[in-house]
Amino acid sequence: MTKPGAVPGRKSHRSLVVNLVLVLTSLAWLVPTIGVLVTSFRNSQDIFSSGWWTIFPHRAWVQTGEVKVDPSVDVDGPMTIEGATATFEEWRKGVEVAHDRRLQWYGNKRTRALVAQELRWVGFSANLTLDNYKGVLSGGTVTYKDGNGQTITRLGSNFADAVMNSVAVAVPSTVIPILIAAFAAYAFAWMEFPGRKTLFVMVVALLVVPLQIALIPVLRDFTHLKLNGTFLAMWLAHTGFGLPLAVYLLFNYVSQLPRDIFESAFIDGATPFTVFVRLVIPLSVPALASFAIFQFLWVWNDYLVALIFLGDKNRVVTSALAAMVGEKGQDWHYLTSGAFLSMILPLMVFFALQRYFVRGLMAGSVKG
Amino acid sequence: MTKQRRVLETLGVLLLLGLTAAFLYGGFAFLKSYGGPKLIATALAIVWGLGSIALLYFVLNKMAESLPRRVRSIALPTVFAGPALVILFWFLVLPTLRTLWLSFFDETSAHFVGLKNFAFAFTDRIMLESFRNNLMWMVFGTFFCVGLGLVIAVLADRSRWEKLYKAVIFMPMAISFVGAGVIWKFMYAYRGEGSGIQEIGLLNAVVVALGGKSQAWLLIPGLNNFLLIAIMVWLQTGYAMVILSSAIKAIPGELPEAARIDGATEFQIFFRIIIPAIQGSIVTVTTTIVIFSLKLFDIVRVMTGGNYGTDVIANEFYLEQFTYGQTGRASSIAIVLLVAVVPIMIYNLRQFAERRAFK
Repeated sequence: MTKPGAVPGRKSHRSLVVNLVLVLTSLAWLVPTIGVLVTSFRNSQDIFSSGWWTIFPHRAWVQTGEVKVDPSVDVDGPMTIEGATATFEEWRKGVEVAHDRRLQWYGNKRTRALVAQELRWVGFSANLTLDNYKGVLSGGTVTYKDGNGQTITRLGSNFADAVMNSVAVAVPSTVIPILIAAFAAYAFAWMEFPGRKTLFVMVVALLVVPLQIALIPVLRDFTHLKLNGTFLAMWLAHTGFGLPLAVYLLFNYVSQLPRDIFESAFIDGATPFTVFVRLVIPLSVPALASFAIFQFLWVWNDYLVALIFLGDKNRVVTSALAAMVGEKGQDWHYLTSGAFLSMILPLMVFFALQRYFVRGLMAGSVKG
Repeated sequence: MTKQRRVLETLGVLLLLGLTAAFLYGGFAFLKSYGGPKLIATALAIVWGLGSIALLYFVLNKMAESLPRRVRSIALPTVFAGPALVILFWFLVLPTLRTLWLSFFDETSAHFVGLKNFAFAFTDRIMLESFRNNLMWMVFGTFFCVGLGLVIAVLADRSRWEKLYKAVIFMPMAISFVGAGVIWKFMYAYRGEGSGIQEIGLLNAVVVALGGKSQAWLLIPGLNNFLLIAIMVWLQTGYAMVILSSAIKAIPGELPEAARIDGATEFQIFFRIIIPAIQGSIVTVTTTIVIFSLKLFDIVRVMTGGNYGTDVIANEFYLEQFTYGQTGRASSIAIVLLVAVVPIMIYNLRQFAERRAFK
């Protein structure tokens, strides 16, 4: 402020540095995902023979023809071809005979043939395909070509079913805890009953309990009840593990609602149930939405709970993807398309409702 | 209300209860045996699940409302808070006690073995390795998440494209650990050496382009832990950034401005004004990420399965219970995890008591 004229210059210089750092960080953050996205659309044969970044226009050696060596030339001594002189070993490694033109000996000494390569711009036709997605969604047998052009047959990973299972697990596992928690939050905030405070302190204490502590006993219960492998088991488990945070968040919100609106409703003869349905739920939509997104992303992305209570029956996307890593660890065309399929829905929910998600994140920072 | 009417009402409620039970159980049995198209099965499951829970509350409330006034004042809170409490007891409170009990027994859960499982948990070679690794996750993972998150939050605050940068860094939060595992496994991919073999993993391609030799990165002990931690940093920095960014925005603008006029450098402003002002948020974010790295499972499971010196406690818990069938040992590991978070639990309870949110 003291020296006008000097300040703007320094400021813009600084802002350039700030933006440069941020652009580089953002790129570093994006590149892994872009690599997977690009690979998932590439031809399987290409995936194994070149990196995904080669689909971007770049200069590379392209084979343009063949040069024969005259039978009179002694292959054991230095050879002069197209004006360049080199030994057999050097020719095998490739020699640049002219600007952007390279010759490379092909095979052993007896072939007497060199491959001519030119440095050219390539990568304008990326050879993209949807076959990887078709293959990974399918539950039947699928075939693809590997890096050497051989056809390989595999059993598909049935991602179509996995996506459906994930929906069947995630939607009720989001709505059920919200409903149960909203009822409880209302009771804790606006009803009198013995043990109210003690029970709520228990809820706060349970916020950070690691779910590993519950897995073995709950699995035993589910085995007795013959619930293992059913969606109901997943709904119950996710409800149980998500409830402390849900009750805590919704209580914080519901307890802040103005007392007057409840009192006037009760004077008009409303029951707690109608007050809850007609007033509390509509007024709490922001808090409900925050938790809903939080829980939906958590359930959709969960692997441990699904691994234990669903097993190989009714695989969800995360367990299908993890199984694929184990069974087909090098099938990058399927792994990448599977990974992308598992990400689409949460990413859409996330970007559409980011505002609510951030709010839930801040309110729920006490949870581990 | 006449006696007759009351009897009728009670009968009606009982009928409703019976119908609900039939819907709940019938739906479950039907869905379990349903063999039709997957799409219809999914839709039916969702309708049944959501319908059941709504119906259950509706009917329970009807029952409570039909009770005489004296009983009603306790019946209504039971209906409202009861289901949540039952589930919390079934899924968290009782299992904690049951796991503690199981941790004193052998793998058959029939023979009392005293503290033998805990002795295992604290002396076994793999367990000690897991403790060391978890410590590395907690220290380095948390440090880089919070540090990077803080730096990005401060820098983005000064940029016109703040929203864009933040969205990019935050994006991995929506990706599952398994998905992130695949993404990074591809980054670290190794194809071996030989003529004509092109590295398709970005890390190896960069190393080769710089004149180095390609490596099977995840098999290198020591280094592989850091490569796995990098995945968590990629996933969780966005979380730290968002929380810290909103804390920074809450600092009154005059504060750094006044310091600037007094001639403070940007570094002084950062360390003397911004950091002290957002101390509370830094503690919260750090605690959350520490707990997170303590329970970390998916990344290790998918990337290395805990081999090559990368095992962590949560994965060892999984292996003991579901691969080796050692229920007692697994339970003792779960108890160790619980004990590790007890200080944070106490801290939360204290904070809660101080806020006096509960009248």
